[in-house]
Amino acid sequence: MLEVDLGVIGGGPAGLASAISAYKEGINDVLIIERDMELGGILPQCIHDGFGNFIFGEMLTGPEYAQRYVDELKKTAIKVKLNTMVLEVNSNKRIIAVNPEDGLLEIEAKAIILGMGCRERTRANILIPGDRPAGIYAAGVTQRYMNIEGIMPGRKIVILGSGDIGLIMARRFTLEGAEVEGVYEIMSNPGGLTRNVVQCLEDYNIPLYLSHTITNIKGRSRVEGVTVAKVNSEMQPIKETERFIPCDTVVLSVGLIPENELSQKAEVEMDWRTSGPIVDERMETSVPGIFACGNVVHVHDLVDDVSESAKVTGKGAAEYITGKVNRRKIPITVKNGRNVSYVIPQIIRGEKFGESIKLYLRVKETERNVRVIASSGEEKIFAKKERAVRPPEMIKLNLSPNVLNKITGNELIIAVEKDEKKS
Amino acid sequence: MKRSHNFTCIQCPLSCQIELIEEEGKILEVKGNLCKLGGKYAIAEFTNPVRILTTTAYIQRGILPMLPIRSEKPIPKNLMMKCMKELAKIRVTAPIKCGDIVCENILNTGINIIASRDLPEER
Repeated sequence: MLEVDLGVIGGGPAGLASAISAYKEGINDVLIIERDMELGGILPQCIHDGFGNFIFGEMLTGPEYAQRYVDELKKTAIKVKLNTMVLEVNSNKRIIAVNPEDGLLEIEAKAIILGMGCRERTRANILIPGDRPAGIYAAGVTQRYMNIEGIMPGRKIVILGSGDIGLIMARRFTLEGAEVEGVYEIMSNPGGLTRNVVQCLEDYNIPLYLSHTITNIKGRSRVEGVTVAKVNSEMQPIKETERFIPCDTVVLSVGLIPENELSQKAEVEMDWRTSGPIVDERMETSVPGIFACGNVVHVHDLVDDVSESAKVTGKGAAEYITGKVNRRKIPITVKNGRNVSYVIPQIIRGEKFGESIKLYLRVKETERNVRVIASSGEEKIFAKKERAVRPPEMIKLNLSPNVLNKITGNELIIAVEKDEKKS
Repeated sequence: MKRSHNFTCIQCPLSCQIELIEEEGKILEVKGNLCKLGGKYAIAEFTNPVRILTTTAYIQRGILPMLPIRSEKPIPKNLMMKCMKELAKIRVTAPIKCGDIVCENILNTGINIIASRDLPEER
């Protein structure tokens, strides 16, 4: 049996930042457990630039961003186990893992940080009818093939879904000489960030078909083509608009799901809206001593936000280990008001507020000229103007101790309201 | 005659809608951007649009078969495909350090292509 103060599951951006943060708070005995052969999580395959603008004030590529944290980690005494798969985490904070060197490992930790990231939705998740030939990939899989393994997945590509990875792969395929016929998105708005629509599609004249979907995949051993159709306002395909597109590859960029099989085994309480654990402002789950960070909690659009919130997680875990925690008897529930689909953290457990709390939220629908409002009791205690809010772009609210101390009762409601002065 | 050009800023996820007004190529006004980077971006997109090129190169004797590479500085947008053809020719040998130059002064742009990660030799 191995004993550590802090066990971090996953060596991606969330795990790295949280481990370094806990170490800086005085926890010396930290172990990161990573299933891949190297640290960095998904970053090594994200070779495009756009990372680090907020944290480093520079536009870095994914591998460069990961390198910064790996270099910082090397200056610490944080231990790392690579090629190690965690099989189970239980609520007594025992980790069961396996690797080729140690065989089966049992690790007992005073605190655990869950940093397993997320997974791509697949064809099975969205039930596309048709044949089952080779040549249908999740976008991140093609990214790994091309950028890490050096394998070209296809020559004539149709992309379903306009998530960021799909948009980035549209450009990547084009640069490598493949033909991207188009990107088809069932919603009436793009799923990815605007900058990716501009930089990955418009720059290369790749058409984006909104309110469209694939209704059939044809092919015996390999994809031969797809049928696409426009959808109506109920998202049902319109038969008369169907057309057949010959292609050899279908790339799916249809969303990400936090990877929480381990969290559920540890009996961590889940939030059905985010598919991640319910966390408090220190990123502690419902199981005392088990914390979470990054895409395991909710899917972020920017790695900078993952690193930043993982810092809070690391600090929270350090405070738990050193016993510096004061919790209120009944937690404050953070509730969704008008046009809010979710808010992280879902609960606040602090007794007194000496430091700010950052809230992360997403809206349900695109709106212009709004105010994001926090209210408690009948009183509005905080408001922030936003010129535009879009579901793919996360909103951050920094609530100062001054604001937090105005909370009365056990509810904090976050809502998006039309700015009366402007509309 | 005054003319207006619209740009979607890509410097950060805020995606500011920037309007640039010019007369005979002389920029009169830039508005809609929330930060200085946005203003600079709109002017650059109007005068000389550039992008960071990121791609991969084959690497020999490395722990992985591909090395991620990037242009050290942004390069003119219309040279992207030409650069890709040029970079398809290069072969790199491990070990490589992040920032090592893998292709000097690509297409006489004065811009180097550099490695964007450490890639150790295979043992």
